[in-house]
This record gives sequence, structure tokens and C-alpha cells, in this order.
Amino acid sequence: MVTGVLSDVRRARHLAEQVPDPELPMLTLADLGVLRDVTIEPDGTVVAALTPTYSGCPAMAEMRAGVAARLRAAGFERVRIRTVLDPPWTSDWITPQGRRKLAEHGIAPPMTAPRRPTGPVPLDLSPTRRTVPCPQCGSADTEETSRFAATSCKALWRCRTCREPFEYVKEI
Amino acid sequence: MSDDHVYLSLAEGHDDSDARWAFGTGFEDPLHGVDTTVPEHVDAAALSSLCLALGDDALVLAQRLAEWVTRAPELEEEVALANIGLDLLGQARLLYARCGQTDGTGRTEDAYAYFRDPGDFRNVTLAELPNGDFAFSVLRLLVFAAWRLAHFTELVTTPDPVLAAIAAKGVKELTYHRQYAAEWVVRLGDGTEESRARMLTALEAQAPYWDELFAAQDARAAVLADLRQVFDAAGLPTPDLPPSPGVGRDGAHTGHLAPLLAELQSVARADPEATW
Repeated sequence: MVTGVLSDVRRARHLAEQVPDPELPMLTLADLGVLRDVTIEPDGTVVAALTPTYSGCPAMAEMRAGVAARLRAAGFERVRIRTVLDPPWTSDWITPQGRRKLAEHGIAPPMTAPRRPTGPVPLDLSPTRRTVPCPQCGSADTEETSRFAATSCKALWRCRTCREPFEYVKEI
Repeated sequence: MSDDHVYLSLAEGHDDSDARWAFGTGFEDPLHGVDTTVPEHVDAAALSSLCLALGDDALVLAQRLAEWVTRAPELEEEVALANIGLDLLGQARLLYARCGQTDGTGRTEDAYAYFRDPGDFRNVTLAELPNGDFAFSVLRLLVFAAWRLAHFTELVTTPDPVLAAIAAKGVKELTYHRQYAAEWVVRLGDGTEESRARMLTALEAQAPYWDELFAAQDARAAVLADLRQVFDAAGLPTPDLPPSPGVGRDGAHTGHLAPLLAELQSVARADPEATW
């Protein structure tokens, strides 16, 4: 029955979308943009495609397990998780809702990732000029303290106005 | 919300596709579910050798970077070096997995990382040199990242789609690594008398190992352009590049690799059947 399969796909997709990210649990995998596709094969196997944020992201295995467990618990007996490496994840795939949730939790969302044409990547030694508004008080008077933070995808910043440190999801 | 928590979901129904909430031997294939067919016109032997060499470069430097944990000058730098090491470790896992699929042995990433001896490693010797001081480590990271970035930039269009995808992902990460190291080299080279002296010492000690990188992958022009840009900003001289003493790509290593691997491999070798 065509309509049954369609609604199954929709249901499976919805379930997979709602799985929280292990490191940023305020975000779902859909918010983060790592859930690339959900399909159902002719034999009834649900195939969910995930892409890693960074090559070494240790959360990838957890995401995979989370999606598989959620789908099985909802009655989908055959589940397969596919890893998609191409095209590589970009922070631009974090949804508007994801960005809002990050800000609500005190994490500055990323700006638009730099466009990288193919070929050599230029090195830029000029001081960082970007302004990342403080997610706590909104002040633009902020500074980077470290380009790397508790997870690969974030940098550490601090606000000179409210004096609070905050994390900032890097553009990649 | 607690029953929605992902860690709890791990306790449910373990099967082969599920993760283990710990790191050790026997965790799952990082290329899980990727189409791993080797295209017909690709030379599988050459592909697997390249994946192995690039995987070894990344694993060995990741181990050196991890040695900075608890020893870096500031917490922020420790976190940065550990994160860079983690990116490289992730690249190594993908490359080893690809190597196992293409060299005819079907080995897993653990077999490459834990159960090969120093003479089987193909990393460039620059990666295995001891950390030295912070100046030595950030200079090494700059040269390594600039070279690997130039190499990966070319691999983005390599005929094997898996290696091309690994490279495309790596380019973004390496761009951050090179940036981090470049800024530190400028800061130290253009800093105090002490920091500049240390950077000059590091330059003199390391320059003999650079030629080996270009023998492995001739990205000389791109890397030297990056280095010149950084050294000019730092007021550092661009050193001459004497021919390299060791050739890691042929398995000829310095005496520093064996102790590094002994530590890296000790737990896995103590109990090769262990899973957790």
C-alpha cells in the first residue's frame, strides 16, 4: 500500500529527526543538519543516513545508536544506518531553529561558513575582525579566548560587557 | 525527557550496529555504511599504501599532541592541541578503514594502529619527533598542517570517492590547525627574546626533516609560500632545507617512534581479545 509506506517514511523520518545530539542535547540531529536522509527499502528496512560533523567526532557512534534504538523502539524492526561523507558537513546546515536553541542555551550560533573554491586554501594572518554578539547580554564587545573548546565544533569567547565566558559554534 | 536521553538508548538492544559507550579496541567501523567499492580504474595497491601512510602520519602526530594534555602552558592551549589531535585521530581511523578495504587483508583500524611494529609504520619522521617545548610543537604543527592541507586539497579530486571524501572533510579541519599553529609561530617569533630564541632553535632542529615531506608529496611550493608568509610576519628566517636523514615512508624511522608506539599499543597488546 503506497500510502502506508509513505506515512511510514514520514514517521521514521520524524523519529530520527527528534534524536538529541549527545554533545549539544538542546539540538536534535535534524537541527544540527547531520541527518541527511531517511528512506524505506522494499523489504521494509529503514535506512537513515548520517554525516559526521568532524572526522574525529566521538559523538558519531552515539548518534548512530540513538537513531537505531529510537526507530526499533517505535516498531521498525529492520534499521540500517548509513554514513555519508560527501558532501562534508558544514555549520551552514544548522537550521534556523537549531541556531535559536543554541542562543537560548548561551551558545553563540555560527555565522555563514566561508565559501571555499577548490584549490589552495589561503592563509590569513590578519587579526580576527568578526563580531560574535554575546548570547547572554547581546553586547558586541566580545573577544575570542581560544579557537578550540570542549568539543571540536566550538570556540571559547568572552564578553567584555557582562564578563561571562561563552561558547561559539565555529563556521566550517 | 530522561527516557529520550541518548545515553539511555545505548543500554537498549545492543547489536553489531550499536556503539559501545567507551573507547578501546573493537569499536565500530568509521566507514560504516559507506559505499566502499573501489572504482575499476583505481590502482588498489597504490590507494591502500597512500591511505596507510596518511593514516600513520595522523595517528603518530595525534599521539604526540595528546602528550600535551596536562602539560600545556595554559588550559586553552591544552584543549586546542587535544582537539587538533582528535581531528587527526578521526582522519587516521577513516584512512585505516579504507586501507583495510583496499589492501586485500580486510584488516580493521585497530589492526593497523595497535598490532604493527615500528618498521611497518610509514609516517614521515617529522611526526614522531618528541614534542620538545611549545615552540617546537607549534612549529612542527604548522609545517605538518600546511603540508597535509596542500596534499588533501589535491586529493579532493582523486578518483577514489572514499579517499576524496575523507580529504574534503580533512581540508576544513586542517585549515583550522594551520591557522592555530601559524598564529602561535608569529606570536613566539615576534614575541620576547626568549620566545624568539626558542623558535629559532626549533627551526634549526626541524628544518632537516622537511625535505622528507616533499619527497612523499611534492607540495613544496604551497608549503614554502605558507611558511614564508608566517616567517615574514614573525620576523623569522626561512631556513635552508638539507636532505632528510630518515625516510619514514620506507619504514626507516628515528629511535623516537618505537617508545611512542610502545605506549600507544600497550593496553591493546596486553589483552588483544578485550572489548569493553
